[in-house]
This record gives sequence, C-alpha cells and structure tokens, in this order.
Amino acid sequence: MVSLSLPYGRCEAETAGTIAFAPNAFIRIGGDGEIVLTMPYVEMGQGTYTSIPMLIAEELEVDLKQVRLESAPPNEKLYANPLLGIQATGNSNAIRGAWKPLREAGATARTMLVLAAAKRWNVDPVSCRAQSGAVLHTPTWRSLKYGELAAAAAQIPVPANVALKRPEDFTLIGTPAKRLDTPAKVNGAAIYGIDVRLPGMKIATLAQSPVFGGHVKSVDDRAAKAVKGVSQIVRLDDAVAVVADHMGAAKKGLEALVIEWDGGPHASLTTEEIFAELEKATLSSGAVAQNIGDVEKAEASAASKVEAIYQVPFLAHAPMEPVNCTVHVKEGGCEIWVGTQAIARAQAAAANAAGIPPEKVAVHNHYLGGGFGRRLESDYVARAVQIAQHVNGPVKVVWTREEDIQHDMYRPAFLDRLSAGLDEKGMPIFWRHRFAGSSIIARYLPPAFKDGLDPDTTEGAIDLTYALPNLHVEYLRVEPPGVPTAFWRSVGPSHNVFVTESFMDELAAAAKQDPVVYRRALLGNSPRAKAVLELAAEKAGWGDPLPERVGRGVSLQFVFASYMAHVAEVEVSKEGVVRVRRVVCAVDCGTVVNPDTVRAQIQSAVIFGITAALYGNITLKNGRVEQNNFDDYKMVRMNEAPAIEVHIVKNSEPPGGMGEAGTSAIAPAVTNAIFAATGKRLRKLPVDTIALKQAT
Amino acid sequence: MTFAIRVNGGTHTVDVDDDTPLLWVLRDVLGMTGTKFGCGKALCGACTVHMDGAPVRSCITPVDSVGSSEITTIEAIGGTPAGAKIQKAWLDDVVPQCGYCQSGQIMSAAALLARNPHPTDADIDDAMSGNICRCGTYSRIREAIKLAAQSSKQGRTP
Ligand code: FES
Ligand code: FES
Repeated sequence: MVSLSLPYGRCEAETAGTIAFAPNAFIRIGGDGEIVLTMPYVEMGQGTYTSIPMLIAEELEVDLKQVRLESAPPNEKLYANPLLGIQATGNSNAIRGAWKPLREAGATARTMLVLAAAKRWNVDPVSCRAQSGAVLHTPTWRSLKYGELAAAAAQIPVPANVALKRPEDFTLIGTPAKRLDTPAKVNGAAIYGIDVRLPGMKIATLAQSPVFGGHVKSVDDRAAKAVKGVSQIVRLDDAVAVVADHMGAAKKGLEALVIEWDGGPHASLTTEEIFAELEKATLSSGAVAQNIGDVEKAEASAASKVEAIYQVPFLAHAPMEPVNCTVHVKEGGCEIWVGTQAIARAQAAAANAAGIPPEKVAVHNHYLGGGFGRRLESDYVARAVQIAQHVNGPVKVVWTREEDIQHDMYRPAFLDRLSAGLDEKGMPIFWRHRFAGSSIIARYLPPAFKDGLDPDTTEGAIDLTYALPNLHVEYLRVEPPGVPTAFWRSVGPSHNVFVTESFMDELAAAAKQDPVVYRRALLGNSPRAKAVLELAAEKAGWGDPLPERVGRGVSLQFVFASYMAHVAEVEVSKEGVVRVRRVVCAVDCGTVVNPDTVRAQIQSAVIFGITAALYGNITLKNGRVEQNNFDDYKMVRMNEAPAIEVHIVKNSEPPGGMGEAGTSAIAPAVTNAIFAATGKRLRKLPVDTIALKQAT
Repeated sequence: MTFAIRVNGGTHTVDVDDDTPLLWVLRDVLGMTGTKFGCGKALCGACTVHMDGAPVRSCITPVDSVGSSEITTIEAIGGTPAGAKIQKAWLDDVVPQCGYCQSGQIMSAAALLARNPHPTDADIDDAMSGNICRCGTYSRIREAIKLAAQSSKQGRTP
C-alpha cells in the first residue's frame, strides 16, 4: 500500500537511528525495508508526487507501491530547483529540473545496493541485477531485499558516475502509471494546509486594508467581541483579525467589526489610469529584448502594413483552497504549517516577520489546494505570523474567499503595440512588438533582471517559432502603483502568446490566407512546431464546414520547452455569448514521463485559460479591487466545459514542461475562432460579449 | 446553544451560535476536515454534504436548521452504494488533481447517481455545474460519472 506522509518536523536527529542507507538527499532505505523518497517539488495538482517518484523508481528498480513519500524540508542547498536556483516549484520545470538528477539519485542507490549484494555473495556485480526492491544473482537465483542490504550498501563509497538506463529499457517512464495521491483525494483523508489541527488551536480570519498601502484608522470591536466563540481581536497597522474557536465565529465577528480605513496614496486609483500609464509608456522605446535583421530597412520595402494595440487585464489566482497559514509562535522560535510552492521562502518570510533567524522557524508543508503561482509568494505567511505574535498558542489564519481575491498578488496587466509589414505575396517581412507591464522577476529573483529585461516577461514574444527575417521586440518595465503582481499559471506566455498568436492571425487575414496554411509556410526551420500544427489541424477537421456563427481558431507556441498547437471550435450566440465547443490539442513535450498526466495537465490548463479568456478581469476603483467571490470573478463550470482532445507526438527529445503550456496557448485559439465565426477581432481580454452582440 | 446533530451515523453535541454554518461545525468543532471551504456563499460546491441523502451546501446551512436530519460527509460516503461506485470511478479515471474540490464533486455526483442511476449529459450538467473545479477536471468528472453509471447497470443485470 502506498502511503504518503507529510511529516511533522522531521529532522535528521529524529530519524537517523532507523535509516540504514541514505546515499543522497532524496532516498532513504531502512533496515526494515522501508523506502522513503523525499520530494523536492510540491504536489499542487500537477502530478509531481507521481512523476517524480517514477523517475527515481525507474532507476532504483522499485515498484511505485513500495515507496513512501515525504515533502522536503526547507533546505536550499539540498533541494533547490536547478533551473530556478531556489527551492521552488513553478515555471513548469519540475520534470525538466528533476530529469537527470533524480534518475541519477536512483541509479546511484541501485549501484551501491548491487555492489553490496555482490560483495556479500562474493560474486561479480555484473552477474547481479536489481528488480522490484531486491538484488538478484541471476546464475544462482539468490536474492536479497534492499532492506537486508541497506546497512552494507551504506559502507560502499558513493560512486561519482553511474550509468543511467537506456530509454528502450524503461519499464515505468512513459507508462500511464496511476497517481499515488488519488486514494486520499477521494475520501477526504488528504490533508491540505487549511486542514491542519493542533491541540488548543484557535482559528482567525482577517480584513486587510482594501486599498493596497492603506492603514487602519479606527476599529470598533465591541459587537465582534460579543460574538460567542470570539476570543480576541488583533489590530495591526493595516489589518484587523478576529481570533475565535471556529471559523464560523471568526467570520461572524469579522462582519460585526466596524473598521475605518485610511486609504493612503492609492485611494483613488483606477484600472483605467493604469492602462493609460502603460499606453503612454509604449510611446517611448524600451529595452531591446530581441533584434533580428533590420526592421527599419524592411519597413521601407513592405507592400502593406498591419498595426494593432493589444491589452490583457490583471488576473487573480483564486486557488480552490483559499490562502491560509497556521502559526505557533513560541519562546525564541516559531512553527508554521502551510501549503507552499517555495518552502524556504516561506521560512524566510516567517523569520523576517517574527524577527528571528530562519533556522528558528520549523516549516511543515502540505498538499496544496491549487498553486498556480499564488503559493510561490509568502505574503500570507508573514501576515499570519504578525497575527500569531499576538495570540497565545497556535492559530490558523484563514482568508475568506473575498480576502483571497481582493488581496491576491495579480497576473500583471500589459499593453502591447505591434506592427508588421507584408510583401506582395502577403508574407511578413518585419515584425515589431513593444510592450509595457510589471516584471515579477525583478522583485522575486532580482539577479535575473538585467538591463531592463527578464527571461519570463519576454518568453513567448522573442522566441517565435516562425521564420521572421526582421524582428524587433522591446519591453518597458512599468510597475503599477498600488497593485502587487505575481507569477500566474503560464506566466510571461499567458500574455505574450495571446498577443503574438492573435497578431499572426491578423497577418493571415490581411494576406487573405488560411491561418493554418499561412503559419505552416513560416515553419521551414521548425519541424517540431510544424508537426504539432499539422496534427492539431488534421484531428480537428480543419477546413470542414461549420454552421453559421461557429468558427475554428488555431494557435501555435513553443514555450516551457514544449511545442503545442490548439484548435478551438467556438460558437457565438446572437447575444454575443461565447461557447467553446471543442478543443483539439497536439503537443510535443519530448520524452513523456506519464502520458496520462500530460493529458490531465492539458485538460486542466485549457479550462484555466478559457476561464481567463472569457471571464478573468480584476479591476480597481477607488484603489480597491472590485471583485469579491465566484459570482463576480467567474469560473468556467461543468456546463460550459468543452470536449478536450489531446494528441501526443512521440519522440525521445529531453522532456519539456507541461503544467502551464495549455493555458497560454488557448486564449488566442479562442479569440481567433471568434474572428472566424463573427469577423470581429478581439484585441483585449477578457472577451467582450457586448462587442460581439453589436457585431451581429 | 447546544445542538445534537447526527453525522455519519453518530450523534454529536455541539455548543455554538444557532446561525453557525454546518461547515464550520464539521470542520472546526468536530474535526472532520474532508468537507472543504471554497467560497462561503453557495457559489462553489466545495462544502457539499448530504442531508437525508440530498446534496446541500454546508457553508450556508445554519446548524439550527439541521434538526434530526442525517448528515453524511465525504468521510462516510463510501458506505453508500452510489458513493462507493463514484469513488471507484474517480480512482479508475484518475479524476483529482489538487483534489481540493473533489470532496464536494463526489458528494454532488453520489447524490446524482443515487437518485438517477443513468444520468444523461444534461443531467450531469444540472447536477454538477454548482461545483467549481479550478483545476478543470470537468471532462474526467463527466467520464467518471458515466463509468459509475455503467457499473450500476452491470450490477443490476442478473
Ligand atoms: S464553500 Fe460552500 S459552496 Fe463554496
Ligand atoms: S482538483 Fe483542484 S480544484 Fe478540483
């Protein structure tokens, strides 16, 4: 039976006695045969707690049902993501980051176990092989279980170089192995951060300044204190929390509070002002993110020109589990229980808020009820610690959905100016793109922001798969005042792919050419991109007749090291209501670790992206976020969910990322399909149904 | 006020305000954390439980409205024939991703299957559109409900 334990405060001292063999930070084998794998990447729905064990188990030669998983404690030295340089799960790179190191970790352990067995039997190691958690001496059919060999294997020097299995010998990688976390997720047993329970624990909920950067002016808490179950009101400079026996009392107390806020410098801010700033910024030149050929020269010889302005809104993450954090502040230290994508950051944020060194903060990570980038941030950890400092004993601080949406850190808004020139045949001879918006990297990973540029904000804008002889891309970092920004599923490409793939569609339309044929003609240098485009078009029945006000749209991208094409089939009612009927996706993500997970992630990412394209819009008025809950920050539901087909191109290239690609690729496929259905080009998200109604 | 409520076959006495939503009684007072909080406003379905077999949103169900009704939560739904079939189909189809919405999804789906052993797509839309899945597992939920319905058909054939 697979068990998953998310340990409470595991430390070397506690467990050292029972570990017989721990050749690296990822594998421990006990004398009793227990095999524990430490997961450096978190499970937030994307299947890492299955695909990462698959990588180790493949080389270690154990069955998935023989292993127990633990989440890694904060330790940047041992568990940093090699592609990010910090201990974090994001940017769709868990598999890319783990691909070599974790297979090597498994192979190292297996090699040492085999050597230990060979020594015990006094035979040539070459005559031994590992299988299902045991070493076999094939000529004599003797076998020893890993547990029996653990102590001896620990005496073998760790080999520097180990041979990895050849792909043709894989027995696990490439199979649709069932997820290990499903059983606990169908019977209520899975423990998320919000489910933590501790003896004597109180529950708190909070109201933070509705204007970012504002302050509490006054609080009348008499009615709140009178609520049965409310034990304490905590007043901070910019927030008020109600501490109670249960969330029902805490929420009732919160509603009974009368708080007067001082909005501060951003008290009159509106979304319109922010977009006006962005638009103004794009009138000046920015940092050059890409420059190929000579756009100025090509411009002079263009037979025709196409110009457009695009914009995308702020978006909230709205993970299904509202953000929350449980804290116990003790003499000289603090302990926290949370679901985080970046555990070392959470530890640092807690330490900073408590004014103690990080090593005095013990952090317990849990299943995440959705991450999507929200849980790469630690604002909510710091806030929970600030509150807990006033509370005797442990307190779980739970955001209401309204607080979660109004105090998110948002996918930035962007404004883009594009122009392109076509030759007499209608093919593009230059492409110019300038855009303005927030850089999250500049705040989150400052060293990666150089010369006004960062690799995330420009991904999907500078690396088009098309052969464009003259390409010029500029970025202007403009931070919105009073709106915190953060990574959001599909990050930079969530904005750039919408813009570039819509504009490519505009060029095809200007050239009076079919959007698939037009794109294919530009893919001479990119056979993998061409293959996914052709596959998606073929499977979708591209070109087959459709009823009136139904259209197909295509998109193509190469981001997160994966190639993807979507064809969306969309119906637009006379009233302007858009229904996505069907999505066909073709993907080439190189070597596939688990095809069922690839399918699941694309199904998921497509719904996430359609939700944003149709509904996602965080707006500000008087400095306050206007959206509250799922009635005004809408989600695609079952009755609106399209049929989604996924076609995987098989090859043995190194694996690409899969958690986010489907999201960035879907918005332009949908809006391009709306264009095909109605003739109306949408250059602004979310989809404006009023404009589509007028178009009839 | 104290209330004696019946949950998963047992009776529990709790001392809370009469307007306390059942959700918090279950999660914070009784410690049954399988039922989830998503919105608090009957907008997402994460908190769905059964009251005498019918799905209700526990986040807007005041504890004083429960009376002598039998409450069933995700922790015990596997003890009902429809619940067991739904859970098995969820496992076979590998439905959950982050899993946070799935308690509510399973409770809605089990209630659907119990009253309608062979739901059509439209029936599924009606019964399930109140449950949001931010991870977008809708296509697998639909498939799994159909799979569970098929297993009831086989079960009925003598
Ligand atoms: S928490 Fe009850 S419906 Fe959302
Ligand atoms: S599985 Fe994550 S919200 Fe549904």
